[in-house]
Amino acid sequence: MTTTVPPAPPTTRAPAHAAPSGASDRAKAEQRLGWYLAGPAFAVMLLVTAYPIGQAVYQSLFAYRLTDPENRRFVGLNNYAVVLTDAIWWQSIATTVLITVVTVAVELVLGFLLAMVMATALRAIRPVVRAAILLPYAIITVVSAFAWQFAFDLNSGFVNSWFSWIPGISATTDWFGSFGSSITVICLAEIWKTTPFISLLLLAGLAQVPEVLQEAAKVDGATWWQRMWRVTIPNMKAAIMVALLFRTLDAFRVFDSIFVMTAGANGTESVSFLAYRQTIARLEVGLGSAVSVLLFLAVVLIAFGFIRGFKVDLSQARGEK
Amino acid sequence: MSTKERNWWIVAGVLIIVYALFPIAWIVSLSFKAPADIANGQFLPTVFTWQNYSQILTGDAASLFLPALRNSFGICLIATFLACILAMFAAYAIARLNFRGKKLILSTALAVAIFPVISIVTPLFNLWRLIGLYDTWLGLIIPYLSLTLPLSIWTMSAFFREIPWEMEQAAQVDGATSWQAFRKVIVPLAAPGVFTTAILAFFLAWNDFVYGISLTSTNAARPVPAALGLFSGASQFEDPTGATAGAAVVVTIPVIILVLIFQRRIVSGLTNGAVKG
Repeated sequence: MTTTVPPAPPTTRAPAHAAPSGASDRAKAEQRLGWYLAGPAFAVMLLVTAYPIGQAVYQSLFAYRLTDPENRRFVGLNNYAVVLTDAIWWQSIATTVLITVVTVAVELVLGFLLAMVMATALRAIRPVVRAAILLPYAIITVVSAFAWQFAFDLNSGFVNSWFSWIPGISATTDWFGSFGSSITVICLAEIWKTTPFISLLLLAGLAQVPEVLQEAAKVDGATWWQRMWRVTIPNMKAAIMVALLFRTLDAFRVFDSIFVMTAGANGTESVSFLAYRQTIARLEVGLGSAVSVLLFLAVVLIAFGFIRGFKVDLSQARGEK
Repeated sequence: MSTKERNWWIVAGVLIIVYALFPIAWIVSLSFKAPADIANGQFLPTVFTWQNYSQILTGDAASLFLPALRNSFGICLIATFLACILAMFAAYAIARLNFRGKKLILSTALAVAIFPVISIVTPLFNLWRLIGLYDTWLGLIIPYLSLTLPLSIWTMSAFFREIPWEMEQAAQVDGATSWQAFRKVIVPLAAPGVFTTAILAFFLAWNDFVYGISLTSTNAARPVPAALGLFSGASQFEDPTGATAGAAVVVTIPVIILVLIFQRRIVSGLTNGAVKG
């Protein structure tokens, strides 16, 4: 949809074999220059991700504890069997999926409302609203996690005393003492922090809905609700899908908030946290690598599911035309 | 718009502002509470005190916090700078040249961006220990490129696509040398995009926690988020809550300044790279 792409020189558009030799040389030179310029960035990206993930796959085939390097031995897929038959793994998957589904669903609705307000908000307050909404996005996740944790904490918090009129909440309510309440606070923190991102993407999507269509629907007597469902949302489907995809993948990697708030207690361990605990804390490199590889596969699966299932047009996400 | 409708939008806008600022206001308020005041169950301190700030800036927590602050600034700025330089060349090629592999580079950037960080950290943890990069600045700068580079490539190529490159030729026709045309015409047009990208990349690096706690162990390279996580673990001081809140506020200040000054650019950068095609 980029309309400002500079028109390519006609010589490069012509098929190479039909073009005069000069043009073909020029196309070749452009090809070479393109890779000279983009090559370093490409190589660095591969180096910092493809290499480590390859290494992780390799290490996941060994029984290997960092404190016991002598006994490192090849065990094939055994680590995967160990992980996949362990209840801890499935618990962490369940927790991660729960957090992902809850936060993304709430964020989508909330983000849409925020985008609607920002789109129609009066000129006078728009910059203030925009600056405010950027703050949660830009703030460090760990800081946000601490803010929410301290707010609900038995000692330092104000939530218990503020909301003691709600049945079930009293001065001694320990939010981090059980699974349900811990997950609630973790989700609240995640939602607060990442809704702005979704809402900004949706705002950009809203701006792409042709005004003419809205007017036409209005003239035809469509209610606000009908216009929303029949005109606005279908026309910003691409933006919604891109926002959903990014946030889902992001939510699935949840780590910081859990680390800060519960350190994985009461079954709140996410897959990322499990991988971290195995490798960095317990130095079980073989098992940890297996968990890392499985997490990676899960993320790839989600991405593919989205692209195939919802037909997300990633060229939109990449800014490709 | 009727007055009634107008008022509703103002209310909605104010609600959003409260939503966004409330947790920040809370941590600021907490950072001004004295230890005895922390558990008062109230939002605001009964007495304002700078105690927590003096503890992290000059007191016994300073030895943990100040080096971390220096590390964070140094590492994030270098990683951002490197990513922007690399991305600038790549984005120029993507926006301007016609070459095979363009799609491959953009897809790779996307794939790297959605990559689970924890999957990279496990092997790096071993490798860095082997080759001596563990607990060094370089040992964090390299993995930070995996965070900052993909975003920089996307965002910058989206910006560069919108530059009217014909103006360069126009300037040359008007008698400018090609260097003058580049410097006087293209650089001013490209600079805002590069700058915006740098801010977004810096946010990403500044936010990192996983690499920070996994690949460092001392003040030599530990960045702020990792140090914050350790405040509660270490029993250097009785109640780390106030000090943590203070430190959290200090590291949030640069972010707030950047957001306030460059909000318009940040929004366009965020949405340009992702949605606008």
